[in-house]
Amino acid sequence: MRQGLARAFGGVAIVALIAGAAACNKSSTSGEKAGGKNCGYELAYFGALTGPSANLGVNIEQGAELAVDQYNKKNGANCIVMKKFDSQGSPDVAPGLARQLVQDKKIIGVVGLPFSGESQAANPILEEAGIPNITPSATNPTLSTKGWKFFHRAVANDSAQGPAAGTYIKTVLKAEKAFVVDDQSAYGGGLADQVKSVLGQVVVGSDKVGGEGKQSDFSATVTKVVSSGATALFYGGYYQNAGVFRKQLAGAGWKGTMIAGDGVNDKGYIQAAGKEAAEGTIVTCPCAPAAKAKGTFVTDYKTKWNVDAGTYSDVAYDATNIFLQAIDKGNTTPAKINDYLKTVNYSGVANTYKFTDVGELDPSQIIVWAFKVANGEVVPDQQAPKA
Amino acid sequence: MDFSSLFHEFGELTITGLAQGSIIALFALGYTLVYGVLRLINFAHSEVFTIGAFTAVITWGTLGLNQDSPTPGPAGLIGYLALGLVVATMASGITAVIIELVAYRPLRRRNAPPLAFLITAIGASIALSELVGVLTNRNNRGVPRLMKQASLVHIGDANITNLQILIIVVALVMMVGLDFFINHTRLGRGVRAVAQNADSAALMGVNKNRVISLVFLLGGLMAGVAAVMYVMKIGNIRYDSGFYLGVEAFTAAVLGGIGNLRGALLGGIALGVIENYGAGLFGTQWHSVVAFVLLVLVLMFRPTGLLGESLGRARA
Repeated sequence: MRQGLARAFGGVAIVALIAGAAACNKSSTSGEKAGGKNCGYELAYFGALTGPSANLGVNIEQGAELAVDQYNKKNGANCIVMKKFDSQGSPDVAPGLARQLVQDKKIIGVVGLPFSGESQAANPILEEAGIPNITPSATNPTLSTKGWKFFHRAVANDSAQGPAAGTYIKTVLKAEKAFVVDDQSAYGGGLADQVKSVLGQVVVGSDKVGGEGKQSDFSATVTKVVSSGATALFYGGYYQNAGVFRKQLAGAGWKGTMIAGDGVNDKGYIQAAGKEAAEGTIVTCPCAPAAKAKGTFVTDYKTKWNVDAGTYSDVAYDATNIFLQAIDKGNTTPAKINDYLKTVNYSGVANTYKFTDVGELDPSQIIVWAFKVANGEVVPDQQAPKA
Repeated sequence: MDFSSLFHEFGELTITGLAQGSIIALFALGYTLVYGVLRLINFAHSEVFTIGAFTAVITWGTLGLNQDSPTPGPAGLIGYLALGLVVATMASGITAVIIELVAYRPLRRRNAPPLAFLITAIGASIALSELVGVLTNRNNRGVPRLMKQASLVHIGDANITNLQILIIVVALVMMVGLDFFINHTRLGRGVRAVAQNADSAALMGVNKNRVISLVFLLGGLMAGVAAVMYVMKIGNIRYDSGFYLGVEAFTAAVLGGIGNLRGALLGGIALGVIENYGAGLFGTQWHSVVAFVLLVLVLMFRPTGLLGESLGRARA
């Protein structure tokens, strides 16, 4: 009886194995059958898709996928495939995934990583494997100082965003006392330091809090802010903690203005803080308002995803299109694509892109805007004041 | 070391610490009760807390009160608060009892080694918190504002708000109530008996299983109250809100003397206050370091905690 059962299991297992292999075979051959030249390659999105700061990553992934879809419509279904790697925005998870990514030899370009901390952790692995990567949003300035040849940044970094925020506090808000808080992340801490150096004597206090998911009770910091008499608070970090913190500040009766960076530029901030507390918050971003994107991008995005384009969706769209243009011109190995990126001058929907020799955006193409939360939505306020 | 910050804000930090500590103390009661009776660290208690908190917030939401709604008046406040407390304590209590029935009782029946209990506790905690995470998309959920925080009392530089007074008073009332229950009722005597010696208690006619379920229920009730106080204070709830608070609460229970109810109270308040002083002195990023260094120091010199273990002894 037992032997019969064992044989039955064995038979089922073998059949399953064969069926699985046949299915695998089928999908890979059908991939290569796509028409058009230079097909059968892959681009990867590498960044948060889940996790506390998921919205920021999803906006970028959707912008990138839109570009790939439009390319495939012209060149054949599945000509270029977008592979997704969910780092959850975490510098702990990213390196392991990076090692997986570089094993797939079909991936010849990466759109990512969206956050500075995870970029610091995973880019060395991409660099070693020679995979060109364009980040649409990681803004820590030190990323371009590590001698990486395959790193490219499609936005201005925090040495433009930080001073813009600081100058806004000084000249537009005219605050005489400011408090600076950051979440000890590579992005948040770096940005806060930039703001502190621009504000100088205006800063009456500073504090560091836990990162996303690591702290939810900010009462000690709230106490310090309230007793310092600051009328402006700069928060360096991401949208969920910013929202929870802002709500607690409002609960304690603080009437000042909160200013934050692009990591807070998301409707998730308003969901976390509540409409009343979020009202009036200023958010800077090295990006232009999404509605200013050229061409049909805004409507195309809305049609495909049923939501409005988010922060950096347009930049991710452009970054992906730069890769696709490179592939279209016959650059089908990572090395050739990287060489192409050295001399590219691409006119996208959000900006024109030319990279310096360390991978930064050409200084003449830097854009920094200030946004405001009004009536429960993030709306453009003004182009950021020059220092 | 920012001494000026500490002195300047001393009163304010003390009050904030007392409020934070009261919530931790209520939460710690669950750990200390279960340990006193079963010698088991119930890691799943943090999920009991989280489920209670979500139940209260979701109930308020179904009644139309969400975080963007206007603050209700005094009658509304009392009504919603009472409803929230009832719903949260029920949900937490039921969750705690179910965890005991499903995770721990089968192990007790089979006389499993203590390690099995420990792993099961951790497993239950992770399973529940991940389940809640999946159901809520791991998003923060905003909590409606039931009362507008207003400063009621001034002592020195400290502004004591109505919410802080509410939290401290509620916590004290619950703790006094629990203390009375354990020390002056028949069921409470059963709890103390089982904590002292489970088999002798059974020989004396105490229904051991019922007492254990009761202990879990009591811990759950306390966690439910702590949950409502927590969401009113923090304004947001997430699937992992219970985790770190649970670690702090367990620390507080050990600090005060694990198995000792009054120890949990003392430990919770001490932890809350010391963390805030540490945040004032060194910066908020140091508050955990300060708290846990303190724990290690206390245990080095007094291994049974500040008040010593004593649920099973005549004096709780």
